[in-house]
Amino acid sequence: MTLKETFLNPILKGNPITVLVLGICSSLAVTVTLKGALVMTLSVTVVTGLSSLIMSLLRKGIPNRVRIIVQLVVVAMMVILVDQILKSIEVTFPIDKQLSVYIGLIITNCIVMGRIEAFALGNKPFASLLDGLGNGLGYGLILIVVAFFRELLGSGTLFGVTILSPEWYTPNNLVILPPFALILIGCIIWVHRGIIDKDLQEK
Amino acid sequence: MEYVSLFVKSIFVDNMIFAYFLGMCSYLAVSKNVKTANGLGLAVIFVLLCTLPLNYLLNKYVLQPGALSWLGPQFANVDLSFLSFILFIAVIAAFVQLVEMIVERFLPSLYASLGIFLPLIAVNCAILGGSLFMQQKDFSGIGESAVYALGSGIGWYLAIVLLAAIREKMAYSNVPKPLKGIGITFITVGLMGLAFMIFMGISL
Repeated sequence: MTLKETFLNPILKGNPITVLVLGICSSLAVTVTLKGALVMTLSVTVVTGLSSLIMSLLRKGIPNRVRIIVQLVVVAMMVILVDQILKSIEVTFPIDKQLSVYIGLIITNCIVMGRIEAFALGNKPFASLLDGLGNGLGYGLILIVVAFFRELLGSGTLFGVTILSPEWYTPNNLVILPPFALILIGCIIWVHRGIIDKDLQEK
Repeated sequence: MEYVSLFVKSIFVDNMIFAYFLGMCSYLAVSKNVKTANGLGLAVIFVLLCTLPLNYLLNKYVLQPGALSWLGPQFANVDLSFLSFILFIAVIAAFVQLVEMIVERFLPSLYASLGIFLPLIAVNCAILGGSLFMQQKDFSGIGESAVYALGSGIGWYLAIVLLAAIREKMAYSNVPKPLKGIGITFITVGLMGLAFMIFMGISL
């Protein structure tokens, strides 16, 4: 695989959410607003990219038996870094309290661990960095699609700017409820497997 | 009475799966049949019940701003809360390792039935999520955090066994091809979540 493919493949063809079914936990809760989805996308992309890079640099020095705990420490370090940066810009760019729990949960996000296990431990550092970034962006793509529909239909706004005026559009409260995110992802998988990649269908 | 209300609330209203989507990855991957779902669910309850009070103590006496004041007045201004992610995950990983060794030594039959699920729990977001929510909720004592842990664990257990039962039956239904497998599972979980919303109005 060329470097370009390594980067682009996870965004659509091997998307971590719809194809590999990784990292669902956080993807659903942060998609009520586009802003939350965007912050989460950036954080996950940075964490997956950097921790893949670090683990790839360390891969020859780590005994196989203790690798999980080393991975957890590296990922936790990256997440603390992201969390501290978000806290420091909180004054100009406030994020809600609920989101900060999900930032912490990036540690146990299966995408990060999954990519380290499946790719970074067996590949060169630069390729691992690209693979991590690509997976973060592929995850973010689904997040943003889901958040787009949920914010537009649920509150009639995009990034807080009113699009569907409340004079003629009654916001649909069902869309804001957590279960709707699951149904929406189910529909995205339906479209993905029905139109884009038919080979993924289960027999 | 407060304990009862917290307990019921954490099972039904603040259900880990349907309200917060925590532990979704293993929830979707391990819910293909009831027997394994049962094993994983029980293991989650147990680990949650043990790690959450531990992390509560850690948060109260080490991490919170001013928590170190029991060491002496000069520590009263220390704020270590930025370390909470790494300490919580270390406690969880260490505890899971410990439980695995104890169960393997003294209860070999349980160990065989839980199998691979025990080590997997270390990376289950429901466990870390429980600790992070605990940090935000400011529980008044270790009892409350234990009750919260038990309730959320039972909620998770209930959710995975329910889904596994539905998926066992669904194997025989005629689902549109692109939706088969994971697609229909998402939609099923969504509908189950809607059903669980009826508990939201309950205030105890």
